[in-house]
Amino acid sequence: MSPSDAHFSPKASRRILGPVFGVACFLATMTGVVFLSILLGAVLRAASQGATLAETFDLLGRLARSTRSRDPDLAGFKAGIAGSLWLLGLVFALAIPVGVGAAVFLEEYMPPGRLRRVIQMNIANLAAVPSIVYGILGLAVFVRGLGSSRLAMGSALIAGGLTLALLVLPVVVIATQEALRTVPSSLRQAAMALGATKWQVIRDHVFPSALPGVLTGAILSLSRAIGETAPLLMVGAAATKVPTGLKDRFTALPVEIYKYASEANPKFQVVAAGGILLLLALLLTMNATAIIIRNRYGRSARG
Amino acid sequence: MSPIMPEVKAVPNVSSGGAEPLPAGTDVPSTAVLSTRDLNVWYGISLALRDITIAIPRNQITALIGPSGCGKSTLLRCFNRMNDLIPSARMTGEITFEGLDLNSAETDPVSLRRRIGMVFQKPNPFPKSIYQNVAWGARINGYRGDMDELVERSLRRAALWDEVKDKLNKSGLDLSGGQQQRLCIARTLAVDPEVILMDEPCSALDPISTARVEDLMDDLKSEYTIVIVTHNMQQARRTSDMTACLMLDDGAQHGHRTGIIAEFSPTDRLFTNPKDPRTEAYITGRIG
Ligand SMILES: Nc1ncnc2c1ncn2[C@@H]1O[C@H](COP(=O)(O)OP(=O)(O)OP(=O)(O)O)[C@@H](O)[C@H]1O
Ligand SMILES: [Mg+2]
Repeated sequence: MSPSDAHFSPKASRRILGPVFGVACFLATMTGVVFLSILLGAVLRAASQGATLAETFDLLGRLARSTRSRDPDLAGFKAGIAGSLWLLGLVFALAIPVGVGAAVFLEEYMPPGRLRRVIQMNIANLAAVPSIVYGILGLAVFVRGLGSSRLAMGSALIAGGLTLALLVLPVVVIATQEALRTVPSSLRQAAMALGATKWQVIRDHVFPSALPGVLTGAILSLSRAIGETAPLLMVGAAATKVPTGLKDRFTALPVEIYKYASEANPKFQVVAAGGILLLLALLLTMNATAIIIRNRYGRSARG
Repeated sequence: MSPIMPEVKAVPNVSSGGAEPLPAGTDVPSTAVLSTRDLNVWYGISLALRDITIAIPRNQITALIGPSGCGKSTLLRCFNRMNDLIPSARMTGEITFEGLDLNSAETDPVSLRRRIGMVFQKPNPFPKSIYQNVAWGARINGYRGDMDELVERSLRRAALWDEVKDKLNKSGLDLSGGQQQRLCIARTLAVDPEVILMDEPCSALDPISTARVEDLMDDLKSEYTIVIVTHNMQQARRTSDMTACLMLDDGAQHGHRTGIIAEFSPTDRLFTNPKDPRTEAYITGRIG
């Protein structure tokens, strides 16, 4: 025993607590996985009704090809899928540039101070506002044009897109700000010291470094937008036809699921379950694409 | 005048910077490129540097030494206006660079920073390829010559070319610490500065890399003016021509740490025969 051992007597528990914490974290991870599996299993069973996998795929194919109908054997989600894809594009085009721009301004240009704190707090609060409130906002501002008939858009695709874009905007701003904050200041200093302007530093160094984080924020917000139902019901997403332009009336996949699920005829439950599978498939495809893009950009920013 | 990119370089103005008389008592063997007079720097309400008067001689290496927290990095950052990036920093007094008043509102810090380059304590290459690390600064400053040639010349000048010539497209972050620091020096050389500020450039390097950087500095001083902050007395002695020893002001307000220049003399004299007792105590290891 060395003489210094007398001063150190670590608690015996420190060797046990590590593994215990590890197991607790593992269980936490499994919670999500288990419930997602239960959900998937239940929906699959409801949709397939004991049929084989191939038959289930046939069913999903049919559901994706036919539009809304009173007859559960003819009913489908074509209009909803088209509407959701349109909305996705609109939200991407509207919310991502505006949100990223706002975040860059707040992080890179605005001097810290009271005004910035106030704006920051407001954005954080906006992210927590229930989506139905955005629905009401969309109804008043975009659908009704605040009472002016010239500004009113009616229950058009563009009104739905603008409403969802507003809904996800705070998430985009906050995620982008977080991403910008992780860019080390040594990188900015190195670039500034070479005689670069702020714009050159942001364009060539800050932004590429922050891009993976920005894309994560974009993925999260688009996923949220595609799953929203309440605000779209509010702005009147109730069309049964595939929209062909921004001024057309529209519907969305979750809205149609909701409508089918509330039909009395139990055969519609199968249709609704199929719709949920389609929605999940759409979400997974989208996320996978985004992750691939992100990884590619992540590498090029390094190399 | 450097042989690198002479077409970009401003023609030295003999009447302004060249002939400026130096402050009395400094005993500088050649003319000053950078000089300060009664410079004070604050961070918020705390005075970090007081009454700094110093003249940095052309084509020589000037070392800044002194205990931690006495404001060496702060002084260095005044020379290329990097303190502008710190919102609480404020300065008064006079700094001139080739006759140009650095502190005036008309002086554009962006174009100034190309002429006064900086190498940081921790190697901080861009997360880009080695080639891009060197080329980026030149490109954003509108360099119109042959970029491949500039990259090679800068890397050669920084004694790194032979080690990286086969992997110019590899990330700069994949190099060793010492190589990264020389890459940062190459990147600074590529924009053809007149002055190079180095803030403890070797503190993260092993003795061999340190020796390479020191050789390099010695090599570069024929074309550039170098100011180096170092905690290593031997390094200051080995490399520099002039040494400024900064000290904490004993008379500073309670709770504030204010740096002042205790002594500024030719390096051999400062180390063999220091005039100031605090300098002597510091260089012999009794304080700091
Ligand atoms: N960004 C800043 N904001 C506020 N105070 C600062 C800042 N940077 C430096 N200071 C203060 O200014 C004083 C001088 O700091 P500086 O970094 O210039 O010292 P230094 O001589 O370079 O020290 P070291 O040898 O440890 O690098 C210190 O008291 C420090 O706390
Ligand atoms: Mg320092």
